[in-house]
Amino acid sequence: MSHPTEVDYLRWIILLPLLGAMINGLFGFHIQKRLGRGAVIAIACTPVALAFVLACTAFMQLVGMEPDQRFLLDDMSEWIHVGNLKVNMAWWADPLSSTLLLVVTGIGGLIHMYSAGYMDDEPSIWRYFAYLNLFTAAMLTLVLGDSLLTLFVGWEGVGLCSYALIGFWYKKLPNATAGSKAFIVNRVGDFGFVLGMFALYWCLEQTGQGTLVVRELVDRVHLLDGQTVFGIGAATFITLALFVGATGKSAQIPLYVWLPDAMAGPTPVSALIHAATMVTAGVYMIARLNFLFDMAPTTLGVIAFIGTATAFIAATIGVAQWDIKKVLAYSTVSQLGFMFIAMGVGAYAQGIFHLFTHAFFKACLFLGSGSIIHALHHEQDMRNMGGLKKYMPITFWTFLISTLALSGIPPFAGFFSKDEILWKAWSSPHGSGLIWLFGSLAAGLTAFYMFRQVFLTFYGEYRGPGHAGEEDHGHDDGHGAQGHHEPHESSLVMTIPLMVLAAGALLTGFLNVPGALGGHHIFDNWLAPVMTAGGHGAAAAAASGAHGVVAELAADVEHVVHSVEHDPFEYILMGVSVLVAFAGIGLAWLIYMKKAIAPERFSEILAGVPYNLVYNKYYVDELYDATIIRGTLALSSLLSNFDRIIIDGVVNGVGFVTKSIAAVEGAFDTYVVDGAVNAVGSVTAWVGNRVRTIQTGHIYSYLYVIVIGVAVVLFVQLI
Amino acid sequence: MLDIGLHHFLTVSVLVFIAGLFTVLTRRNAIGVLMGVELILNSANINYIAFSRFGGSGYDGQIFTIFAIMLAAAEAAIGLAIVLGIYRKFETIDVEATDTLRG
Amino acid sequence: MLTWMIFTPLIGAALILLLPKKAEAAIKWVALAATVPPLIMAFQLYGSFDRTTAEMQLVQRVPWIPSFNIEYYVGIDGISITMVLLTALLSTICIVASWNIDKAVKAYFPLFLLLDTAMMGVFCSLDFFLFFVFWEVMLLPMYFLIGIWGGPRREYAAIKFFLYTMVGSVLMLVAMLALYFYNDPHTFDLVELARRAPTYSANFQRFAWIALFIGFAIKIPAFPFHTWLPDAHVEAPTAISVILAGVLLKMGTYGILRINYAILPLGTLEFAYYFLVVLGVINIIYGALCAMAQTDYKKLIAYSSISHMGYVMFGMATFTQQGLDGAVLQMFNHGTVTAMLFLLVGVIYDRAHHREINGFGGLASIMPFYTGWTALAFFAAMGLPGLSAFISEVLVLLGGWQHYPALTVVAAAAVVLTAGYMLWTMQRIYLGEPNEKYLDLPDINMREVGMLVPLAIIVIILGVYPKPVLSLIDVSLTHLNDVVLSAGQGPVASASDVLSVR
Repeated sequence: MSHPTEVDYLRWIILLPLLGAMINGLFGFHIQKRLGRGAVIAIACTPVALAFVLACTAFMQLVGMEPDQRFLLDDMSEWIHVGNLKVNMAWWADPLSSTLLLVVTGIGGLIHMYSAGYMDDEPSIWRYFAYLNLFTAAMLTLVLGDSLLTLFVGWEGVGLCSYALIGFWYKKLPNATAGSKAFIVNRVGDFGFVLGMFALYWCLEQTGQGTLVVRELVDRVHLLDGQTVFGIGAATFITLALFVGATGKSAQIPLYVWLPDAMAGPTPVSALIHAATMVTAGVYMIARLNFLFDMAPTTLGVIAFIGTATAFIAATIGVAQWDIKKVLAYSTVSQLGFMFIAMGVGAYAQGIFHLFTHAFFKACLFLGSGSIIHALHHEQDMRNMGGLKKYMPITFWTFLISTLALSGIPPFAGFFSKDEILWKAWSSPHGSGLIWLFGSLAAGLTAFYMFRQVFLTFYGEYRGPGHAGEEDHGHDDGHGAQGHHEPHESSLVMTIPLMVLAAGALLTGFLNVPGALGGHHIFDNWLAPVMTAGGHGAAAAAASGAHGVVAELAADVEHVVHSVEHDPFEYILMGVSVLVAFAGIGLAWLIYMKKAIAPERFSEILAGVPYNLVYNKYYVDELYDATIIRGTLALSSLLSNFDRIIIDGVVNGVGFVTKSIAAVEGAFDTYVVDGAVNAVGSVTAWVGNRVRTIQTGHIYSYLYVIVIGVAVVLFVQLI
Repeated sequence: MLDIGLHHFLTVSVLVFIAGLFTVLTRRNAIGVLMGVELILNSANINYIAFSRFGGSGYDGQIFTIFAIMLAAAEAAIGLAIVLGIYRKFETIDVEATDTLRG
Repeated sequence: MLTWMIFTPLIGAALILLLPKKAEAAIKWVALAATVPPLIMAFQLYGSFDRTTAEMQLVQRVPWIPSFNIEYYVGIDGISITMVLLTALLSTICIVASWNIDKAVKAYFPLFLLLDTAMMGVFCSLDFFLFFVFWEVMLLPMYFLIGIWGGPRREYAAIKFFLYTMVGSVLMLVAMLALYFYNDPHTFDLVELARRAPTYSANFQRFAWIALFIGFAIKIPAFPFHTWLPDAHVEAPTAISVILAGVLLKMGTYGILRINYAILPLGTLEFAYYFLVVLGVINIIYGALCAMAQTDYKKLIAYSSISHMGYVMFGMATFTQQGLDGAVLQMFNHGTVTAMLFLLVGVIYDRAHHREINGFGGLASIMPFYTGWTALAFFAAMGLPGLSAFISEVLVLLGGWQHYPALTVVAAAAVVLTAGYMLWTMQRIYLGEPNEKYLDLPDINMREVGMLVPLAIIVIILGVYPKPVLSLIDVSLTHLNDVVLSAGQGPVASASDVLSVR
């Protein structure tokens, strides 16, 4: 890998939001009381804005460099240095991390701004913004950290902030439970992550080259060849373990269950954490370590399989949800599945591209739904919405653009990114037709449930209570004085981010127009120096640093890529996926707009097991609850009883036996040993009592005794 | 002329001793008892001097006797003090009444 | 200087005995004043400590009982300095935590100060006999502190604690005398004993190792000798729980490092797997699962202590730089984190007078600042990054992988369990609807915050930047690790043989 260019401003990208979090976290309570909400918001938003400026600086600096020299490093200080393990607090920006950097600071900044409007009725806003800033800092640590351990710090940090934000309204116990669930499920993933990390370190340490720094790993992973862990190839084991971590963080089967529950948090949080940034961490990590994953074809197969299954299953669940945010949540899970498909077939750059576009349109969708929820006073059930188009035009249009993007309709962003993945799924040496088939089906389902959502929410008649004007909610967003109870458009603070994001959803796709459509793969090329395989720059990267398997694979892939560049098949597949999307939209239109098929009919058609199964999310939560959670609790109470009864029983038993022996001995002591002693004593006392009468206290009587005694002695002597 | 020898002295001494002992044993009055004790002491003094004179051991006996007389004086003083104390406590100096030390 | 550190609290105790019984405030202030000088000296010590050598520093030796070659011999190296710092800090904090003791004040504080002296003494002693004396001296005040100022079942807990530790002491005494008489000329000098380690026969090492290990394992407490701990913690007053978990438990692991490792390296190599690794992993998992089942807040923390001390045992036995450093760092971190936890339990117990986890609910709305502090402590105990325990746990587990990958997998599973019981507890006590019964509980007060602040600062600083402690311990532990591993090069068995069996 190229020599890094040393800079010293990257640290501030992390430190600024951290500073904001600290100020608001420690003094926010007083700031809000003395200086008002505005101060809190300013303290929270300014650092993120500045961080965005810095991120742009880094990005521009990278753009200005030679493609294979694009690498900025900010080595702050030593962090942990024990034995051979040396991890620094060092931050790096290369094409991959700088892209994510822009997403996190840019979209993060917009969402900070949006939050100021959305959370306007929240009493302790300082707490919210402290968490949000902390999250931003942690996410940036994850992105910028130059070693797996620093990445892991961010990894855990975002999990923590996610916990805090999901359970933000902790007075409602279900929210708190959802937070705990998210954290614990994430921890299961972290468990895999740390194991992968340890195994990686020690396998390299076997050859004296242990490291966790990513840029050093690139040159050293070939040392893993021929090593095994638990009987399977080292690279396979390590990547599988790391992938377990990714399934936790990025909500893949079997660890996706936390994400839908995580919707208990405030909606901007869902947009930022559970759509745009944190949940994509797993994808980022795999792309970051693409050189390692390339060494493990088995793992790639597993990833592709899990990705496909998740994309499809989550899409089916999304069809049957009524909660506006739950639909988006399952949609996120499904889209993350697409990203993992990309990873699994070695199309890392395409996966990251989808991550990039998805961040825009999914954040926009969440914020749009937030706008609706805010307008309807925390109503989330789509059955109580409808006809909102005329009340909230900006929200409607931005929502629609993003929906089109998500559904993969050209020329919106989602079309380019999703289609590219499906194409790679078909054409890559790791891919297969089955992945493509299920991927396309999932894409069709996506179009269906998204338009179902649009139709239910924005079209038809308003079905909410506000319409009848019966309930007086007491508006707290400045419009209350006007006295109308109909839903209304949100304030500018909230709509500006919507518009920016919708523009992103509309335009970002053009960053990576495929060659087949006359484009130049700008995005792929940008990432090429980081991706040793799968992209257009594979050749250059392979020549510069890859070894062994990596080189072969890279050469293969390059060959494939070039030979099929303008395969007519690509156009056919493209057409098919657009058709599938339109089919989904059409079906939704038929059911929910035209009412050609009544929704009730629809559920009857699918009645019985499948629909119930889907409606209840395949009973996965119940299954986990019945097996893992109950199992753990049972084990824990079993062990606790074991502790109390058996171990403590033994201890107390020993104590009891000892005490019994002691009692016997005590008796012996009392009656035999002490008896003898006391007998001596009482005999003495008895004798004393008899003898004491001799002492009369009269001097003359003593004298008589003396005289008599002397006389007797003399008498005896004289005889 | 009758030679006065050791025996004579010893005889006198014995007579004084017996008188003293008799006094101690028969008197109820504490002061009387003390006087008896003095007599016994003096009989011992006579013995000292007699043995000293006839035993040829220089003036040891005389010196001892002077010591004894001095001690007797001190003892008398203390004894009388005790008697006074007894009187204050019991309002009598009858030795039979003061049997608090009886076992 | 070490001597002053050890005996200043004792002087304070003597002064308190001279004060009239009624002067409770004066007694408390004298007690506080007696623990501050060691703390200041500890800072000084930290500054002047030579981080580049594994030799003993600040050594002071005076013949004590020359006929038995017993000396007053104190000194510190990288392993003990961390414990000395911890003891000095926690003692001061605990005096503050004891401020609301109102029963027999004139007995409590002298006993506490005596305990302080004994703890310092244990960590500084380099003469086995002196070590043993301090070790035993420590028991007595502890017994009374639990037995008089404790909860309803205090007598039971105190006696259990006392007897358990006595059993360990007896075994330790046997091993100590065996070592004394095995050597010619007889000596109790730990440094000298360690230097002669290569001359000890394998069987002798095995015997002595086991005897010493059981002695120390009771103190750690290692499964299955751990049941005194929950009882003692539940009954002990807050400050004593803090000292018990924060300092006393470390004496077990410290003793193993100082005596078992340094003096009996061969025994260590042979038995570490069974007695340290396996028991360590059992401690980790078993403690976590038992914690999950508790309904008594303090008992839960006690079991979490057992779990966390498992990491120390596990890390020690990895024989890697990372594992050992992680273990000693974990000793320090556990001291601070667990101290916070117990102080926090004490806060709520002082207010609500019970510790039933299910008896609270929604405290976050009633006592927001208290909840914030608890959250910090909980997250630290869960080993979240940015907080100190993260680094030590990662180092321990990382170190473990080299020789025991399978067990590392098992041990690492505890990160999930720990998160499970901690968050569950958090949820049951602090989150949800506020409990009607406790609506008027006052929030945490300045005295309580004052105790937590130094600990929190340490926890955060070491989480972000662990070097201040790592640099203290690194050289000594490298040396110790080399000693142990090189002992395996001898004729009996080689280190790699012993370790590669697994």
